[in-house]
Amino acid sequence: MKRLTLPLSDEETRALRAGEGVLLSGVIYTARDCAHKRLFALLDEGKPLPVDLKETYIYYAGPCPAPEGKACGSCGPTTSARMNAFAPRLLDLGLRGMIGKGEMSEETRAALRRNGRVYFAAVGGAGAAYGNAIQKMELVAFPDLLSEAIYRMEVVDFPLVVAIDSLGNSVYDR
Amino acid sequence: MRTLDTKEIADCVYRLARKAGVTLTPACHAALESAAARETGAARFALETVLMNEATAKAERMPVCQDTGMAVVLLELGQDVHLTGAPLKEAVNDGVRRAYRDGYFRKSICDPLTRENTGDNTPAHLHLDMVAGENVAVTFLPKGFGSENMSRLVMLTPSQGRAGIVDTIVETVKIAGSRPCPPVCVGVGIGGAFDSCAFLAKKALTREVGSRSPREDVASIEEEALEKINALNIGPQGFGGNVTALSVACEIAPTHIAGLPVAVNIQCHCVRCEKEVL
Repeated sequence: MKRLTLPLSDEETRALRAGEGVLLSGVIYTARDCAHKRLFALLDEGKPLPVDLKETYIYYAGPCPAPEGKACGSCGPTTSARMNAFAPRLLDLGLRGMIGKGEMSEETRAALRRNGRVYFAAVGGAGAAYGNAIQKMELVAFPDLLSEAIYRMEVVDFPLVVAIDSLGNSVYDR
Repeated sequence: MRTLDTKEIADCVYRLARKAGVTLTPACHAALESAAARETGAARFALETVLMNEATAKAERMPVCQDTGMAVVLLELGQDVHLTGAPLKEAVNDGVRRAYRDGYFRKSICDPLTRENTGDNTPAHLHLDMVAGENVAVTFLPKGFGSENMSRLVMLTPSQGRAGIVDTIVETVKIAGSRPCPPVCVGVGIGGAFDSCAFLAKKALTREVGSRSPREDVASIEEEALEKINALNIGPQGFGGNVTALSVACEIAPTHIAGLPVAVNIQCHCVRCEKEVL
């Protein structure tokens, strides 16, 4: 399987095709429903975000607490479709890509195509495997959200499938 | 009359929750293995990752899925048991609280409006049923919400009958698509009233994966719905394929002459369910 390291060059991103498997390493940031709402509130107020979108790949996930000796507990993807309300605007503002599970809306797909970005699918229900591949984790923003806070993660060899590529092809099309 | 301290129920809930969080049921494991053999490409990759994950969870004692769920506890309380000690609900919550803390499980319960997390995964979702005898049967089902979100309840008319029931089940899985982590297990409630029908669907999810209803007409609904779901080509994780559902289980109860409630409760492929009789 193809091994890739974040951030991807435009060339690497454009070469990815929906349905292909990759092992992804590098830095990603978690955010789910509540964190997205807060990011939008900051944007609407014209305030700075706690992450630089142009450098950011978002992982739709909320980890289990880390047991002793581990950087992170189980941490598989959550359902991406709930973030359709947020993804297009973030992509237009420079977001580099997303990792989650399941199909996303036509609007998100159009935004991926428009911005030449990629959405990866992690395998839902494989939380231990992904948690084990997280080498380092630190809290970035919104600590009161607990597992829903924004965490910065350094990951090694995340097994993923290209779900929607930069041309808008989707692995979920039949 | 048997006397039982609710501390024993709390400890039982604790044991079951700790085990359920890190373990797939044997029937679920077998169904996943057989599904993997029937798939190719991305769908097979997804199922192989899921099986590899199960081994990692076991070896590292980590939760199989980070969504360690809402703690659903089904308690069948023998009417010849006299409970002593802390109130039953408190005892159940105590078992949940300790298990989610000691197991490093995610705390996923929050206020529906403020979204403030309760911090310890309580309150548990407790169903109490009084039965004959002096045993206490405890079932623990950690219920993830990616799949719960895709569940539906429909009030059919009596004339829609069996065909309407099958259509409702298949349509619910179709609408859910890739979102609930297929291959799913489908729990169906048929009959009862609005609330009890939904509970039947949840109870159906505590049945062993692949088991059939003892009633022939109900078993035939399970079989037909499963076949039609697996013809949808949603496949593992929505990547397309032959296995969109591992099982369909229906539970029924008498209903009103004017109605035919059908509830469809979706469970992802991570079936975690533990039982013990005290």
